[in-house]
Amino acid sequence: MSYHSFLLEPISCHAWNKDQSQIALCPNNHEVHIYKKDGAKWTKVHELKEHNGQVTGIDWAPESNRIVTCGADRNAYVWTLKDGVWKPTLVILRINRAARCVRWAPRENKFAVGSGSRLISICYFEQENDWWVCKHIKKPIRSTILSLDWHPNNVLLAAGSCDFKCRVFSAYIKEVEEKPGPTPWGSKMPFGEMLFESGGGGGWVHSVCFSHSGNKLAWTSHDSTVSVAEGGKSATVSSLSSETLPLLCVTFITENSLVAAGHDCYPVLFVYDGAKGSLVFGGKLDVPKQSAQKGISARERFQNLDRRASEGQGSDKELSSLHKNSISQISVLDGGRAQCTRFCTTGMDGGMTIWDVKTLENSMKNLKIV
Amino acid sequence: MSKATLSDRFRKVDVDEYDENKFVDEEDGGENQGGPDEAEVDALLRQGNMNGALLAVLKNPPINTKNQNVKDRAAMLVVKVLSSFKSSDIEKAVASLDKASVDLLMKYIYRGFEKPSDNSSAVLLQWHEKVLPVGGVGSIVRVLTARKTV
Repeated sequence: MSYHSFLLEPISCHAWNKDQSQIALCPNNHEVHIYKKDGAKWTKVHELKEHNGQVTGIDWAPESNRIVTCGADRNAYVWTLKDGVWKPTLVILRINRAARCVRWAPRENKFAVGSGSRLISICYFEQENDWWVCKHIKKPIRSTILSLDWHPNNVLLAAGSCDFKCRVFSAYIKEVEEKPGPTPWGSKMPFGEMLFESGGGGGWVHSVCFSHSGNKLAWTSHDSTVSVAEGGKSATVSSLSSETLPLLCVTFITENSLVAAGHDCYPVLFVYDGAKGSLVFGGKLDVPKQSAQKGISARERFQNLDRRASEGQGSDKELSSLHKNSISQISVLDGGRAQCTRFCTTGMDGGMTIWDVKTLENSMKNLKIV
Repeated sequence: MSKATLSDRFRKVDVDEYDENKFVDEEDGGENQGGPDEAEVDALLRQGNMNGALLAVLKNPPINTKNQNVKDRAAMLVVKVLSSFKSSDIEKAVASLDKASVDLLMKYIYRGFEKPSDNSSAVLLQWHEKVLPVGGVGSIVRVLTARKTV
């Protein structure tokens, strides 16, 4: 588990390139910085300055090596590397509120932007006019879209929103792809069709994630719950009300296990049992606390009595987790969502941690990653 | 000398009501929820069956109904039951509840904090201290984020 502290400010969002040698992140301002791995160090190699507002979402397309960024200035830019310099292309999103999240589709021929304008912009490149065009999905979204995730078939899109619901839409663009085959989520998929909607109530849906096969959808909500729905069985949604603070990000690491992290500053494992339709807490994934302090001297005892009216050492003062502030984003590094071997978390403490699944499994006794 | 001569009644208009994009919660039919059964709960209390009274009073919570009286009556009944517990019995009673009931109990506890009466806050604080390790901060987050509550 390697923790690297990039900045003192929160990392708003991050994205890795194809071979994980470079990471693009936003240091809570209008820019995107790209850092390159240099042995054990990270050196800044590029600064992408074009946005006029905070950059809220970054996604790096692995095959075509393009970066898409979206910001609070209601714009999105697609960056391409030309002669060692990243050149931006403006994408007209036609939104009147800040953009919140952006994701390339698996085949990288389009991307989706969620915004505070209560709609999702699906953008694709139109060859004749040589510019990016967008189509909107509006109904029945009633509030800001906080998170997006594409289904592996390149057509279905899951969206988590502030109106307390998680939905699956079809983002089929006939100009760039052929008709998709039927999936467990549905067979008729015209553009903008809603194929699934979770029950209301609960809290804002912070993060959504499809499993590797696309048959399962997981989301975390602000009322400290995690839920998993299976395509086809839309009536049964398994939820787990956790005893921790709300989770802000979630990802599948195998077909049945999810890792989520949030305001409690450490990642947590959940295991889903499809046969029973149940979701259980698998364990807290974190570096075990350092060995307890040795005996306490008489002088320290009196000092504690003086300061804190108690003789013990205040062990709750410091967080024992690697991250010292909320974790806001989690991304899979190696192995994909089917057999993830490493994943990365970034948070509001300006730090990035790379977690190794094998090491975690070995060190946590009761952990079982199904 | 600088009194406005034009009408200023427009200042009292709540413009958010007229916003066509205003978020309206879904209506869930809650007309049949009458709250916990008072007679049943009183009977159990008189018999001295504290745990039974607790389970009974946590049944049928008036979450979806818009009738404020029903909600007030339910809240008072719950506080009555919670006050009649001995301090040493609280922990066992909490341990006998399932997850959903623990969340519901936490909601009632906070509702009781809103309208304190006599000794109720002290009692509720004792209950809160015992419910917290079982429900965790997650149960408190659910009290805060619930759109429809007791």
